[in-house]
Amino acid sequence: MDNIVEAKGLCKSFGSLRAVDGIDLRVARGEVLGFLGPNGAGKSTTMRMLSGFLEPDAGSVHLCGVNLATNRQQALTNLGYLPEGAPAYPEMLVHEYLAFLAGVRGLYGAELRQRLAEVVEMVKLNTVFNQRVETLSKGFQRRLGLAGALLNSPPVLVLDEPTDGLDPNQKHEVRSLIRRLAPGKAIILSTHILEEVEAVCSRTVIINQGKVIFDGTPEELDQQAPNHVTSARLDWVFRQMTTGEVA
Amino acid sequence: MTHVFSALFRREFRSYFQTPLAGVFLVIFLLLSGLFTFQLGGLFERGQADLRPFFQFLPWLYLFLAPAVAMRLWAEDRRTGTIEILMTLPCPSWLVVLAKFLASWAFLSLAILLTCPLWMTVSYLGDPDHGIILTSYFGAILMGGAYLALGAAVSAATKNQVIAFILAVLISFGFLSAGYPVVLDFLGGWAPDFFVQAVASTSFLTHFDALQRGVLDMRDVLFFLLVMATSLVINRIMIDWKKAA
Repeated sequence: MDNIVEAKGLCKSFGSLRAVDGIDLRVARGEVLGFLGPNGAGKSTTMRMLSGFLEPDAGSVHLCGVNLATNRQQALTNLGYLPEGAPAYPEMLVHEYLAFLAGVRGLYGAELRQRLAEVVEMVKLNTVFNQRVETLSKGFQRRLGLAGALLNSPPVLVLDEPTDGLDPNQKHEVRSLIRRLAPGKAIILSTHILEEVEAVCSRTVIINQGKVIFDGTPEELDQQAPNHVTSARLDWVFRQMTTGEVA
Repeated sequence: MTHVFSALFRREFRSYFQTPLAGVFLVIFLLLSGLFTFQLGGLFERGQADLRPFFQFLPWLYLFLAPAVAMRLWAEDRRTGTIEILMTLPCPSWLVVLAKFLASWAFLSLAILLTCPLWMTVSYLGDPDHGIILTSYFGAILMGGAYLALGAAVSAATKNQVIAFILAVLISFGFLSAGYPVVLDFLGGWAPDFFVQAVASTSFLTHFDALQRGVLDMRDVLFFLLVMATSLVINRIMIDWKKAA
């Protein structure tokens, strides 16, 4: 398979805390990888290393075959990154903020305007185009973050908890968008919401205490639960894997 | 690269005007400049057509106002999380550091240029030496850059703007007071001569004093440029070092 994200042996410590301990990830074009784990398992640290924000203590990241450590700029042109909480400049207008993001990704003139229009249409930001970022609802803020990540049409999307804190309707909208984007891209989304896995992911990686403890399809994850568990089967498996509790 | 720099610079420069910061800063800066020049400096009483009273107090005005401009440069991005966006852009991080610094320097320079009515006033009242005033303005802008670069480096180390402000004031005060006799006398009591000389040579006051007397010595210009360059390198290192904080 054509792996366009390849992370090998990622490790990261903060002081004496080993946040990420030898994680390997491979994501092919067309795949949506659900990156799961309990809070504090090392999800955001891993996402930050994949995006180049943090440098790993050991291991390597290749985006579209380009090494992030040795050829950072070229590797990052392949990446769209939505950090946790979808941060944006609150005082800016939505269109100003998007134009800024397009500008810093090297777009300008007619190309910038065209791409801006496409992304705004894709993420459905038309109604808030002239609003200040600080007045947006959480759902729109996430969409704005997504729009920012999509501006340069990157083949790799790294989305850190893209539906966290959203209401069911907003979650549905963001998931539909991710499904629409999936063909032709490698998408990694971190979450601690298991329904997300069934809703959008083609593969699941679960980590706990900085280590990968499961790598497979959502169906394979489901099969880990015994037959007598009839509801919330993924929850059961997740709890069993991350805490050892099954009650 | 030029477009990327321009986008970063414009956003940072505009951000001052998208919040009340620019208005509040410019009003306070101009009010205090006027107060120092006319009241404390006694511009009229001196009976001399020059702007020495203004430039004499400027380093002290900068001491508090430059850190106020610089404190948000990185601390705000760190607090809101937008630093993750800036530091994952497909451009070298020194470009972001430079664009942010130059935007803040442009803003402070704008504040300085808005004091030009003082120049017009003395030109109307008498016959000032325009060369000296021009050199003084040049020195004022250079020194402002040095204050800001120090503030930016401190801002890169914290997400708390108040801490960034206080630390920047303290460090700037160190650079400001290094040339004062009271500091040098204190050091002279126990420190070796070369050390006292070295401390004296890092003083903003000493280097600015020559410029505001109209002496355009390249050593003074280089000093301020060196302070800026060193601070920006530290700024860059701080960002990497404290990324996860």
